[in-house]
Amino acid sequence: MAEPLATGPVDMSTWQQLVHYLNDYYTWNGKNGLPAETLTQLWLTFLSVLLAAVVALPVGIALGHAKRGGGAVTVVADATRSVPTYGLLVLLAGITAIGVGNQAAVIALAVFALAPVLVNAYVGVATVDPDAVDAARGMGMSGGQILRRVELPLALPLLAAGIRTAGVQTCATATLAAFVGGGGLGNPINLGQAQASNGRGELIGGALAVIVVVIAVEIVLALLQAALTPGTRTRALFLRLRPRREAATA
Amino acid sequence: MLLLPRGNCLADNAYWCPAYFTNHYNRHTILSALSEHVSLVARSVAIALVLSLVIALLVRRSTVARAGSIGVANLLYTIPSVAAFALLSSFLDPRHDTGAVIVLTAYNLILLLRNVLVGLDTVPEDVVEAARGLGYGRFRLVTRVELPLALPSIVAGVRLATVSTIGITTVAALLGFGGLGGLLVAGLNAHPPFHAEIFTALVLCIALAVVSEVVLLLVERWLSPWRRARST
Repeated sequence: MAEPLATGPVDMSTWQQLVHYLNDYYTWNGKNGLPAETLTQLWLTFLSVLLAAVVALPVGIALGHAKRGGGAVTVVADATRSVPTYGLLVLLAGITAIGVGNQAAVIALAVFALAPVLVNAYVGVATVDPDAVDAARGMGMSGGQILRRVELPLALPLLAAGIRTAGVQTCATATLAAFVGGGGLGNPINLGQAQASNGRGELIGGALAVIVVVIAVEIVLALLQAALTPGTRTRALFLRLRPRREAATA
Repeated sequence: MLLLPRGNCLADNAYWCPAYFTNHYNRHTILSALSEHVSLVARSVAIALVLSLVIALLVRRSTVARAGSIGVANLLYTIPSVAAFALLSSFLDPRHDTGAVIVLTAYNLILLLRNVLVGLDTVPEDVVEAARGLGYGRFRLVTRVELPLALPSIVAGVRLATVSTIGITTVAALLGFGGLGGLLVAGLNAHPPFHAEIFTALVLCIALAVVSEVVLLLVERWLSPWRRARST
């Protein structure tokens, strides 16, 4: 039997293609190299989470302080979760005036990051030990003082957990930006995919880079969360042996 | 008809355009994308359900095995979906959708495993004792008493998994695996972007999520008649 015909000018095994890609000068340099795309990915993540936090933190904290609107928070969180992120990206990039590019990606990713931040802010403030709040009120603190000096410090670990979940999920999903004309680590995956059997090195290289970057973000945010949460052991943060509070994950 | 837009919606590149999906050729494309989507979701949720039932029954008595299996499933869930689809599409034959089914199944494991374990944990101990007293063997105890009682939690897990899988499956099309995401890719890559195709695909995605939610709620009611009797 004859060997199958080569499908292009380069005919290398998947493994050889990966080694070739990882040793290519342009993989590590220039504006389409992995370092530059990683920075873009992190920048998109930062902007989206910032946008989501600016919207969701005040709302979640205010509702949690008033202990009202828990149902509305759940509905909004569920609604943003059930919209397919890629569908929303294509909708913003393809149909609206925003057009293809990073802007559409940031907005869609912010919608996606909204749910964890909002739910954790609400749950964090609303579930502060009522005895602590009562004691503060007994000492003559006003509503604003209770919020600033009792509820927010006690809710900080859960607020941080919400930002961490949002950050890690958004960083993973920011890969989609490249598929709607934006930047980031989706680009090598997209380009590799476009080259069919000759692009497997780039495809796998990009995919591995995404995984590495997401793990790095997870570690950095976990350390930040640990710094903001007195009395946690770092090991427990990574192993997550005990289930986190249901609201934070479900 | 009220929903019919005026003029030629295809020429206007309108979002809502019945002329797009009533066209014989387009209808075929949409229906095959929809059936691919449903098939990917159904197969991956079904496989993940069977796997998590088996795993849950094996590990539920041991704290270490429980933590281990949950930890592994959690780890799988944190792998970014584009990366996972990309890796499997390059190692498996991209003409078959096995790679997509594997990725989606892996994502569903944590959602289902957690709910199956919670469901089994909430079976009251005295019910199990009573069944043993009636002479139920281990197999009959699991199939006739424990799993039916765990059902609400299991079906809740299936609903969660189904809705999230319907969303993630749209990403599979970026790596050539098909489904409704294929329409999104094609619509976005047209010059100018084909609004009707994008809008139709997105509406179908959301409709699919809503319909599956309702169907699974009905299945849950049908499978647990004793809850129905109590609530009415």
